[in-house]
Amino acid sequence: MNTSVNKKALALSVLGGLFLVGCSDDKPEKTPPIQIDKNPFPSTYQPMTSSPTLITNVTILDGVGGMIQSGSVLMSDGKIQAIGESIEAPEGATIIDGNGQWVTPGIIDVHSHLGVYATPDTASHSDGNEMTNPVTAQVWAEHSIWPQDAGFSRALAGGVTSMQILPGSANLVGGRAVTVKNVPNRVVQDMKFPGAPYGMKMACGENPKRVYGQKGGPGTRMGNVAGYRQAWADAQDYKQKWDRYYKDHEAGKDPNAPKRDLKLETLAGVLDGEIIVHMHCYRADDMGTMLDVMKEFDYQIGSFHHAVESYKIADKLAENNVCSSMWADWWGFKMEAYDGIKENIPMVHAAGACAIVHSDSDQGIQRLNQEAAKAWADGNRVGLNISQADAWQWLSANPAKSLGIFEQTGSLEVGKNADVVLWSADPFSTYAKAVNVYIDGALAYDRTDPQSWPVSDFELGQPGEGDSK
Amino acid sequence: MNTFGRILTKTLLMSVVATSAAFAENIAIVGARVHTMSSQGSIDNATVLIRDGKIQRVLNETPALAGYRVIDGKGKVVTPGLMGAYTSLGLVEVGFSAGTVDARTIASGISTTGAALDVSYGVNPHSSLIPISRSEGVTSAATALQNTDQLFQGQGAIITLHGNTPVLRSAAFIATGVDNGSADDIGESRAALWVTLEKALVEAIYIDGKSITPQSEWHGASTVEDAIALSAVVKGEVPLMIEVHRESDIRQVIAFKQRHEGINVVLLRATEGWKVAKELAAANIPVILNPESNLPYEFDQLAATLENAGRLHDAGVLVAIGMNTHNIRLAKQHAGNAVSHGLDWEAGLAALTINPARIYAVDDMLGSIEAGKRADIVVWSGDPLEVTETAEIVLIGGEQVDMTSRQSKLRDRYLQKAQGKTVHYVRP
Repeated sequence: MNTSVNKKALALSVLGGLFLVGCSDDKPEKTPPIQIDKNPFPSTYQPMTSSPTLITNVTILDGVGGMIQSGSVLMSDGKIQAIGESIEAPEGATIIDGNGQWVTPGIIDVHSHLGVYATPDTASHSDGNEMTNPVTAQVWAEHSIWPQDAGFSRALAGGVTSMQILPGSANLVGGRAVTVKNVPNRVVQDMKFPGAPYGMKMACGENPKRVYGQKGGPGTRMGNVAGYRQAWADAQDYKQKWDRYYKDHEAGKDPNAPKRDLKLETLAGVLDGEIIVHMHCYRADDMGTMLDVMKEFDYQIGSFHHAVESYKIADKLAENNVCSSMWADWWGFKMEAYDGIKENIPMVHAAGACAIVHSDSDQGIQRLNQEAAKAWADGNRVGLNISQADAWQWLSANPAKSLGIFEQTGSLEVGKNADVVLWSADPFSTYAKAVNVYIDGALAYDRTDPQSWPVSDFELGQPGEGDSK
Repeated sequence: MNTFGRILTKTLLMSVVATSAAFAENIAIVGARVHTMSSQGSIDNATVLIRDGKIQRVLNETPALAGYRVIDGKGKVVTPGLMGAYTSLGLVEVGFSAGTVDARTIASGISTTGAALDVSYGVNPHSSLIPISRSEGVTSAATALQNTDQLFQGQGAIITLHGNTPVLRSAAFIATGVDNGSADDIGESRAALWVTLEKALVEAIYIDGKSITPQSEWHGASTVEDAIALSAVVKGEVPLMIEVHRESDIRQVIAFKQRHEGINVVLLRATEGWKVAKELAAANIPVILNPESNLPYEFDQLAATLENAGRLHDAGVLVAIGMNTHNIRLAKQHAGNAVSHGLDWEAGLAALTINPARIYAVDDMLGSIEAGKRADIVVWSGDPLEVTETAEIVLIGGEQVDMTSRQSKLRDRYLQKAQGKTVHYVRP
């Protein structure tokens, strides 16, 4: 499906196809093949206004393993322009003397339900799980996101600059996930991360079998796996139909386009390598099974989410290039979380696999730096010897890689988006707080200026409006 | 009790005493910075003497230590063992789709209000959560039902996290709630909830001192067992824990306490408590909270803020922190975050130690490093409120506890396992 067609022409061709057939006795010109718009809800994100800013005299973790003890970062035009020990301030730049504070890349949370499970937690806000069928690849989380969820601004105060928002884990295939910038606006399109590929949520284990066990199945783990495999087989079939359609068209035949199936379209997008799978999976054996399903149907799992037993199979995860998105220490709330250990994240990292700190929580997302700090300290106590500079990869670079946005963000490297956090102290401390948070070089949060603190529409006129949160 | 029973009891008591005496070791912790949480305050380079399972003395010098095993605390921080302020420890292994959970009930004839339900029968000291929690410095806890869907959440217990007989005090408190969730359970409205609560108290007052037999007439809305249990609250013998969030509900609770002066009221959560902080202090009502809850989860929590704990403390309210079960070990992180949002550091540590002990009136044995109290003591690698610091040595009742847990064993197994090789799974 690589035929390049401009969108306007495409829209006309569809209309043309509908109205022109049979209206002319002339043999019609060969119409171009039907192209499916893969981006019907395009990003309308506009960066906030920024001015050139130089932060000096700070300890810098660049997010890709580098640490500068006393350095500077220059941002302008929304990008990182320079990073180093000493940088000349361009004329007119705002200069912030960090005075021993710390600078890191913005935190990226690969697992959030902000907006789809917004606060207040009312039934009317419960928009994260389409629990009507075990495979709902056709639903898109972005169509449930309420940008006025106050959780976005709380996460911002915790240094989170981007996040992936996913459907819940009730279904084998829960639907499309979307990556957004943490800049709530009137409509979700204003938040969508330009150019970010879609994710697709899948879920292993207890949740789908519990939800569907009395509703026609799956009712077991083996039923789950049969469900994934049948869905992939259907997607293969669907993909072949479209491939044949384009092939026949190219061969000069006049084929009928297959009927669009939104469910299979998303699954086929994964098989085409355009959509990244993010799979809720706790147990090592469940993950091991999914690695084989992944090979059987030739797709890539970007990341196992929660992955509390990744430490048991870290070698296999490294070998298969699948990230693990993990909590520092959550465990025991259900059987598949029973073997959670505090050293999971550092053990995955030490095995050479991709480790990510994620939240799955509107409170956890506010303190992901502390989650990394706990995992880092626990790993080092058992001799894994990980530096802070390396550990920060869990918070920015690895999440960005697993979301397919590492070229744009996730590290402090020249030319990348200036998604930057200035911390009051070593962010591996409980007492450190994000002071300034920059998104595309614009000051999105300033702890020192209460007038600038975000207040969502929902919070306006309510008790606590504008308070320190 | 017959003679045989008396002899048996005496023998059992003696054997318990003999057992603990056999384990009790004289220990001196030397050279640490000790936060006693008593009038002795914080002392650098202190010596803590432990004898017969109790704290003997805290000195700001190093005396002759013949007869004591010395623990070198140089460079370390020593605090009282942490007390889980509100947990279900010992009552739940895995909560979800995993069999019996003693932390929840379904309605049964024995209790129409939930007041009579008693968790102390269900506390399992061999739950995997106990070593996981104590190896991170939690040495005792209040443990209670999570939800009954009834007016009361039963009678909770105070437990120790070591040994085979964990219950230090049974029927130590009764819990209820007047928040949105509680109203949902009782008539779906505060209009029904409060009247139901007041009626239950009237029945408890009535039943106190009466001799009720199976032949007695009793037409209360509570069962006899409920009313008897609740009479301990009415007499002020045990605290009534009231879950509440909204400012107006907290004001109702203050008025409730004025109506029932003898009742010892403690607030759970008190999300908007900071708006009524002065009044709470004046009414002498303490608060147990999760300081990290800063979102409007319900319409009764709109003014939630991370500064709640600090603002309450500043107004003179006694604050305790630690509402969790599997991860009660994170209470220290919660307290640290309260500190980074305005709570005084000492108050943060007090919120984990002496304050919950005061709330449950067990500060005669728990909560501080003070002569005569149980030797529940933690030696930390550094500031316990820092996420990167950890408990290194834990003493409970004067015994140094084993720091291994199911989790540390899982970790060690997979740290040592040669990945990719087929191996037998055997005991470490």
